[in-house]
Amino acid sequence: MVINKFDSYDIDILTEIGNIGAGNAATALSEILQGRVDMSVPKVGIMKFKELINELNGPENIIVAILVGVSGDLDGFILFALETECALTLLRLVGMDYDKDIFALSELEMSTLTEITNILTGTYLTAVCDMTGLAINATVPSFAIDMAGAILNVPISFYGQVGDSVLLIETEFKSGDDLVIGRFMLIPDVSSYKTLLKSLRNGEK
Amino acid sequence: MTIVSGGIIIVGIGELFATTSPTKLQALGLGSCVGVALYDPIAKVGGLAHVMMPESNGSSNELRGKYADTAVANLLSDMQKLAARKENVVAKLVGGASMFSLSHDVFRIGEKNVIAVKKSLNDLGIRVMAEDVGGSVGRTMILHTDTGEVEVRFVNRESRKI
Repeated sequence: MVINKFDSYDIDILTEIGNIGAGNAATALSEILQGRVDMSVPKVGIMKFKELINELNGPENIIVAILVGVSGDLDGFILFALETECALTLLRLVGMDYDKDIFALSELEMSTLTEITNILTGTYLTAVCDMTGLAINATVPSFAIDMAGAILNVPISFYGQVGDSVLLIETEFKSGDDLVIGRFMLIPDVSSYKTLLKSLRNGEK
Repeated sequence: MTIVSGGIIIVGIGELFATTSPTKLQALGLGSCVGVALYDPIAKVGGLAHVMMPESNGSSNELRGKYADTAVANLLSDMQKLAARKENVVAKLVGGASMFSLSHDVFRIGEKNVIAVKKSLNDLGIRVMAEDVGGSVGRTMILHTDTGEVEVRFVNRESRKI
Protein backbone atom coordinates (compact mmCIF):
# COMPACT_ATOMS: atom_id res chain seq x y z
CA MET A 1 0.00 0.00 0.00
CA VAL A 2 1.29 3.40 -0.91
CA ILE A 3 0.29 6.67 0.64
CA ASN A 4 -1.29 8.75 -2.08
CA LYS A 5 -0.60 12.37 -2.73
CA PHE A 6 -2.86 14.81 -0.95
CA ASP A 7 -4.61 17.75 -2.50
CA SER A 8 -4.26 21.12 -0.81
CA TYR A 9 -7.67 20.75 0.82
CA ASP A 10 -6.55 17.50 2.49
CA ILE A 11 -3.40 19.21 3.73
CA ASP A 12 -5.53 22.02 5.19
CA ILE A 13 -7.68 19.50 7.06
CA LEU A 14 -4.71 17.59 8.45
CA THR A 15 -3.01 20.85 9.42
CA GLU A 16 -6.16 21.89 11.24
CA ILE A 17 -6.18 18.60 13.17
CA GLY A 18 -2.60 19.26 14.26
CA ASN A 19 -3.61 22.81 15.20
CA ILE A 20 -6.57 21.82 17.33
CA GLY A 21 -4.79 18.98 19.11
CA ALA A 22 -1.60 20.85 19.85
CA GLY A 23 -3.41 24.12 20.49
CA ASN A 24 -5.35 22.61 23.35
CA ALA A 25 -2.24 20.89 24.67
CA ALA A 26 -0.30 24.16 24.47
CA THR A 27 -3.00 25.86 26.54
CA ALA A 28 -2.78 23.09 29.11
CA LEU A 29 1.00 23.40 29.22
CA SER A 30 0.91 27.17 29.61
CA GLU A 31 -1.49 26.74 32.54
CA ILE A 32 0.87 24.25 34.19
CA LEU A 33 3.84 26.54 33.61
CA GLN A 34 1.94 29.77 34.26
CA GLY A 35 3.75 31.13 31.25
CA ARG A 36 3.52 31.63 27.56
CA VAL A 37 3.70 28.67 25.17
CA ASP A 38 3.66 29.32 21.44
CA MET A 39 3.24 26.75 18.73
CA SER A 40 4.31 26.47 15.14
CA VAL A 41 2.05 25.97 12.15
CA PRO A 42 1.77 22.18 11.93
CA LYS A 43 4.01 20.47 9.44
CA VAL A 44 2.10 17.91 7.39
CA GLY A 45 3.89 15.58 5.07
CA ILE A 46 4.83 12.14 3.93
CA MET A 47 8.29 11.31 5.14
CA LYS A 48 10.85 8.60 4.67
CA PHE A 49 11.82 6.91 7.95
CA LYS A 50 15.20 8.63 7.96
CA GLU A 51 13.56 12.02 7.52
CA LEU A 52 11.22 11.28 10.40
CA ILE A 53 14.19 10.57 12.68
CA ASN A 54 15.87 13.79 11.54
CA GLU A 55 12.78 15.73 12.65
CA LEU A 56 13.90 14.88 16.17
CA ASN A 57 17.45 16.15 15.53
CA GLY A 58 18.95 12.83 14.49
CA PRO A 59 19.03 9.24 15.77
CA GLU A 60 21.35 9.84 18.73
CA ASN A 61 19.64 12.92 20.14
CA ILE A 62 18.41 12.11 23.64
CA ILE A 63 14.73 12.89 24.13
CA VAL A 64 12.14 12.51 26.81
CA ALA A 65 9.32 10.75 25.01
CA ILE A 66 5.83 9.66 25.66
CA LEU A 67 4.21 7.34 23.17
CA VAL A 68 0.51 6.60 22.96
CA GLY A 69 -0.88 4.00 20.62
CA VAL A 70 -4.36 4.80 19.32
CA SER A 71 -6.94 2.48 17.85
CA GLY A 72 -10.61 2.47 16.93
CA ASP A 73 -11.69 4.88 14.17
CA LEU A 74 -8.11 6.08 14.08
CA ASP A 75 -5.10 3.77 14.22
CA GLY A 76 -1.62 5.02 14.80
CA PHE A 77 0.67 6.72 17.28
CA ILE A 78 1.00 9.99 19.08
CA LEU A 79 4.50 10.85 20.20
CA PHE A 80 5.25 13.79 22.44
CA ALA A 81 8.98 14.46 22.47
CA LEU A 82 10.69 16.87 24.82
CA GLU A 83 14.33 17.87 24.59
CA THR A 84 16.02 16.83 27.87
CA GLU A 85 16.89 20.43 28.76
CA CYS A 86 13.23 21.32 28.42
CA ALA A 87 12.10 18.40 30.54
CA LEU A 88 14.38 19.66 33.32
CA THR A 89 13.11 23.22 32.84
CA LEU A 90 9.60 21.88 33.10
CA LEU A 91 10.42 20.28 36.46
CA ARG A 92 12.00 23.49 37.69
CA LEU A 93 8.98 25.50 36.64
CA VAL A 94 6.63 23.28 38.62
CA GLY A 95 8.87 23.88 41.62
CA MET A 96 11.14 20.84 41.64
CA ASP A 97 14.90 20.44 41.81
CA TYR A 98 16.31 21.34 38.42
CA ASP A 99 20.05 21.03 38.88
CA LYS A 100 20.39 17.40 37.89
CA ASP A 101 21.23 15.00 35.17
CA ILE A 102 18.16 13.76 33.30
CA PHE A 103 19.13 10.20 34.24
CA ALA A 104 19.38 11.04 37.94
CA LEU A 105 15.73 11.91 38.41
CA SER A 106 14.04 10.74 41.58
CA GLU A 107 10.92 8.61 41.42
CA LEU A 108 8.79 11.64 42.30
CA GLU A 109 10.40 13.79 39.60
CA MET A 110 9.99 11.02 37.06
CA SER A 111 6.32 10.56 37.85
CA THR A 112 5.75 14.32 37.77
CA LEU A 113 7.21 14.44 34.29
CA THR A 114 5.18 11.41 33.22
CA GLU A 115 2.03 13.00 34.60
CA ILE A 116 2.58 16.34 32.82
CA THR A 117 3.21 14.60 29.51
CA ASN A 118 0.18 12.36 30.10
CA ILE A 119 -2.01 15.41 30.54
CA LEU A 120 -0.67 16.95 27.35
CA THR A 121 -1.13 13.87 25.17
CA GLY A 122 -4.58 13.30 26.69
CA THR A 123 -5.56 16.88 25.92
CA TYR A 124 -4.29 16.54 22.36
CA LEU A 125 -6.24 13.36 21.78
CA THR A 126 -9.47 14.63 23.35
CA ALA A 127 -9.35 17.72 21.16
CA VAL A 128 -8.92 15.62 18.02
CA CYS A 129 -11.83 13.36 19.05
CA ASP A 130 -14.09 16.33 19.77
CA MET A 131 -13.27 17.93 16.47
CA THR A 132 -13.67 14.88 14.28
CA GLY A 133 -16.38 13.03 16.20
CA LEU A 134 -14.30 9.87 15.86
CA ALA A 135 -14.22 7.21 18.57
CA ILE A 136 -10.57 6.75 19.47
CA ASN A 137 -9.13 4.44 22.13
CA ALA A 138 -5.72 5.12 23.53
CA THR A 139 -3.23 2.75 25.13
CA VAL A 140 -1.68 3.57 28.47
CA PRO A 141 1.04 6.09 27.66
CA SER A 142 4.59 4.75 27.61
CA PHE A 143 7.42 6.86 28.87
CA ALA A 144 11.09 6.65 27.94
CA ILE A 145 14.26 8.71 27.96
CA ASP A 146 16.58 7.51 25.24
CA MET A 147 17.92 8.09 21.74
CA ALA A 148 15.34 9.50 19.31
CA GLY A 149 16.16 6.85 16.72
CA ALA A 150 15.57 4.02 19.19
CA ILE A 151 12.25 5.48 20.32
CA LEU A 152 11.04 6.03 16.76
CA ASN A 153 11.83 2.39 15.96
CA VAL A 154 8.44 1.54 17.45
CA PRO A 155 6.18 3.45 15.01
CA ILE A 156 8.67 2.84 12.20
CA SER A 157 8.57 -0.94 12.52
CA PHE A 158 4.78 -0.75 12.68
CA TYR A 159 4.59 1.16 9.38
CA GLY A 160 7.52 -0.72 7.88
CA GLN A 161 5.13 -3.57 7.18
CA VAL A 162 3.37 -1.53 4.49
CA GLY A 163 5.99 0.86 3.15
CA ASP A 164 9.01 3.02 3.73
CA SER A 165 7.31 6.23 4.72
CA VAL A 166 4.84 7.68 7.18
CA LEU A 167 2.33 10.49 7.23
CA LEU A 168 3.42 12.97 9.87
CA ILE A 169 1.43 15.79 11.44
CA GLU A 170 3.94 17.62 13.59
CA THR A 171 3.52 20.68 15.78
CA GLU A 172 6.34 22.35 17.66
CA PHE A 173 5.91 24.00 21.04
CA LYS A 174 7.98 27.07 21.68
CA SER A 175 8.69 29.04 24.80
CA GLY A 176 8.30 32.81 24.97
CA ASP A 177 11.90 33.25 23.76
CA ASP A 178 11.30 31.05 20.72
CA LEU A 179 13.19 27.94 21.83
CA VAL A 180 11.63 24.68 20.78
CA ILE A 181 10.61 22.86 23.93
CA GLY A 182 8.73 19.93 22.56
CA ARG A 183 7.05 18.37 19.57
CA PHE A 184 3.79 16.58 19.03
CA MET A 185 3.82 13.99 16.30
CA LEU A 186 0.62 12.35 15.12
CA ILE A 187 1.39 9.39 12.88
CA PRO A 188 -1.84 7.82 11.61
CA ASP A 189 -1.79 4.66 9.54
CA VAL A 190 -2.77 4.56 5.90
CA SER A 191 -6.44 3.67 6.29
CA SER A 192 -6.83 6.05 9.21
CA TYR A 193 -5.90 9.23 7.44
CA LYS A 194 -8.68 8.52 4.98
CA THR A 195 -11.09 8.18 7.93
CA LEU A 196 -9.71 11.41 9.34
CA LEU A 197 -10.22 13.26 6.10
CA LYS A 198 -13.70 11.83 5.62
CA SER A 199 -14.79 12.79 9.13
CA LEU A 200 -14.03 16.41 8.38
CA ARG A 201 -15.04 16.56 4.74
CA ASN A 202 -18.62 15.43 5.32
CA GLY A 203 -21.04 18.02 4.03
CA GLU A 204 -18.27 20.33 3.01
CA LYS A 205 -17.41 19.18 -0.46
CA MET B 1 24.20 5.43 3.68
CA THR B 2 25.89 8.67 4.66
CA ILE B 3 29.62 9.26 4.44
CA VAL B 4 30.99 11.44 7.19
CA SER B 5 34.56 12.71 7.02
CA GLY B 6 37.30 10.79 8.83
CA GLY B 7 36.48 7.33 7.51
CA ILE B 8 33.06 7.13 9.13
CA ILE B 9 30.09 5.73 7.26
CA ILE B 10 26.65 5.87 8.79
CA VAL B 11 24.36 3.04 7.80
CA GLY B 12 20.83 4.43 8.07
CA ILE B 13 17.68 2.57 9.02
CA GLY B 14 16.98 -0.25 6.56
CA GLU B 15 20.31 0.22 4.78
CA LEU B 16 23.45 -1.90 4.50
CA PHE B 17 27.03 -1.31 3.47
CA ALA B 18 30.17 -3.40 2.91
CA THR B 19 33.73 -2.13 2.62
CA THR B 20 37.41 -3.13 2.56
CA SER B 21 39.02 0.09 3.71
CA PRO B 22 39.73 0.81 7.37
CA THR B 23 36.41 2.43 8.06
CA LYS B 24 34.08 2.86 10.99
CA LEU B 25 30.65 1.63 10.01
CA GLN B 26 28.01 3.03 12.34
CA ALA B 27 24.35 2.31 13.04
CA LEU B 28 22.94 5.05 15.27
CA GLY B 29 20.03 4.90 17.68
CA LEU B 30 19.12 1.23 17.45
CA GLY B 31 15.94 0.44 19.38
CA SER B 32 14.06 -2.60 18.16
CA CYS B 33 16.23 -2.51 15.04
CA VAL B 34 19.17 -4.91 14.94
CA GLY B 35 22.60 -3.95 13.70
CA VAL B 36 24.23 -6.95 12.04
CA ALA B 37 27.99 -6.65 11.70
CA LEU B 38 29.66 -9.23 9.46
CA TYR B 39 33.43 -9.50 9.31
CA ASP B 40 35.99 -11.54 7.45
CA PRO B 41 39.17 -11.22 9.57
CA ILE B 42 41.40 -12.66 6.85
CA ALA B 43 40.30 -10.48 3.94
CA LYS B 44 39.57 -7.63 6.39
CA VAL B 45 36.23 -6.99 4.77
CA GLY B 46 33.45 -5.64 7.00
CA GLY B 47 29.77 -5.04 6.49
CA LEU B 48 26.90 -3.63 8.50
CA ALA B 49 23.13 -3.96 8.04
CA HIS B 50 20.57 -1.87 9.96
CA VAL B 51 17.68 -4.36 10.07
CA MET B 52 14.16 -3.10 10.82
CA MET B 53 11.83 -6.05 10.44
CA PRO B 54 11.98 -9.85 10.65
CA GLU B 55 10.47 -10.99 7.35
CA SER B 56 10.05 -9.63 3.87
CA ASN B 57 7.26 -12.09 3.04
CA GLY B 58 8.53 -12.00 -0.51
CA SER B 59 8.14 -8.25 -0.98
CA SER B 60 11.18 -6.65 -2.53
CA ASN B 61 12.37 -3.35 -1.23
CA GLU B 62 14.72 -0.59 -2.26
CA LEU B 63 16.04 -0.68 1.30
CA ARG B 64 18.27 -3.75 1.01
CA GLY B 65 18.91 -3.99 4.74
CA LYS B 66 15.31 -3.64 5.88
CA TYR B 67 14.31 -7.28 6.42
CA ALA B 68 16.34 -9.80 8.40
CA ASP B 69 15.78 -12.64 5.94
CA THR B 70 17.10 -10.72 2.92
CA ALA B 71 19.52 -8.28 4.58
CA VAL B 72 21.98 -10.91 5.78
CA ALA B 73 22.19 -12.59 2.35
CA ASN B 74 22.46 -9.21 0.58
CA LEU B 75 25.23 -8.05 2.89
CA LEU B 76 27.16 -11.30 2.54
CA SER B 77 26.93 -11.14 -1.24
CA ASP B 78 28.22 -7.53 -1.24
CA MET B 79 31.13 -8.64 0.93
CA GLN B 80 31.90 -11.60 -1.32
CA LYS B 81 32.24 -9.14 -4.21
CA LEU B 82 34.98 -7.53 -2.11
CA ALA B 83 36.75 -10.91 -1.80
CA ALA B 84 35.37 -11.97 1.59
CA ARG B 85 34.94 -15.73 1.96
CA LYS B 86 31.78 -17.04 3.56
CA GLU B 87 33.58 -19.65 5.65
CA ASN B 88 35.66 -16.92 7.32
CA VAL B 89 32.80 -14.52 8.03
CA VAL B 90 31.60 -14.10 11.61
CA ALA B 91 28.74 -12.00 12.98
CA LYS B 92 28.12 -9.63 15.88
CA LEU B 93 24.63 -8.44 16.79
CA VAL B 94 23.50 -5.29 18.57
CA GLY B 95 20.01 -3.90 19.32
CA GLY B 96 16.66 -5.68 19.33
CA ALA B 97 15.39 -3.87 22.42
CA SER B 98 11.80 -3.31 23.51
CA MET B 99 11.75 0.41 24.11
CA PHE B 100 8.29 0.37 25.67
CA SER B 101 6.58 -2.28 27.71
CA LEU B 102 3.17 -2.30 26.06
CA SER B 103 1.37 -5.48 25.20
CA HIS B 104 0.80 -4.55 21.55
CA ASP B 105 2.55 -6.96 19.21
CA VAL B 106 4.61 -4.22 17.59
CA PHE B 107 6.39 -3.78 20.91
CA ARG B 108 7.89 -7.26 20.65
CA ILE B 109 9.44 -6.57 17.28
CA GLY B 110 12.97 -6.32 18.72
CA GLU B 111 12.90 -9.87 19.99
CA LYS B 112 11.51 -11.11 16.67
CA ASN B 113 14.19 -9.25 14.76
CA VAL B 114 16.95 -10.94 16.77
CA ILE B 115 15.43 -14.40 16.22
CA ALA B 116 15.02 -13.76 12.48
CA VAL B 117 18.58 -12.47 12.07
CA LYS B 118 19.98 -15.50 13.92
CA LYS B 119 17.96 -17.84 11.73
CA SER B 120 19.27 -16.19 8.56
CA LEU B 121 22.83 -16.39 9.84
CA ASN B 122 22.36 -20.01 10.81
CA ASP B 123 20.94 -20.86 7.38
CA LEU B 124 24.08 -19.38 5.81
CA GLY B 125 26.36 -21.13 8.30
CA ILE B 126 27.63 -17.87 9.84
CA ARG B 127 28.58 -18.00 13.50
CA VAL B 128 27.48 -15.32 15.97
CA MET B 129 30.63 -14.39 17.86
CA ALA B 130 29.19 -11.79 20.22
CA GLU B 131 25.99 -9.90 20.88
CA ASP B 132 24.53 -7.10 22.95
CA VAL B 133 20.79 -7.41 22.44
CA GLY B 134 17.43 -7.11 24.19
CA GLY B 135 16.49 -5.08 27.25
CA SER B 136 14.86 -1.69 26.92
CA VAL B 137 17.76 0.54 25.98
CA GLY B 138 18.73 2.35 22.81
CA ARG B 139 22.15 1.55 21.37
CA THR B 140 24.62 2.88 18.85
CA MET B 141 27.14 0.49 17.29
CA ILE B 142 30.41 1.09 15.53
CA LEU B 143 32.17 -1.64 13.54
CA HIS B 144 35.89 -1.03 13.10
CA THR B 145 36.65 -2.76 9.82
CA ASP B 146 40.40 -2.95 10.50
CA THR B 147 39.98 -5.11 13.62
CA GLY B 148 36.41 -6.43 13.50
CA GLU B 149 35.80 -4.91 16.90
CA VAL B 150 32.33 -3.57 17.63
CA GLU B 151 31.82 -0.70 20.03
CA VAL B 152 28.38 -0.38 21.66
CA ARG B 153 27.29 2.97 23.09
CA PHE B 154 24.34 3.74 25.38
CA VAL B 155 22.84 6.97 26.70
CA ASN B 156 23.11 6.09 30.35
CA ARG B 157 25.81 3.50 30.87
CA GLU B 158 29.41 2.82 29.95
CA SER B 159 30.06 1.86 26.38
CA ARG B 160 31.53 -1.57 25.80
CA LYS B 161 33.41 -3.48 23.14
CA ILE B 162 32.31 -6.83 21.82
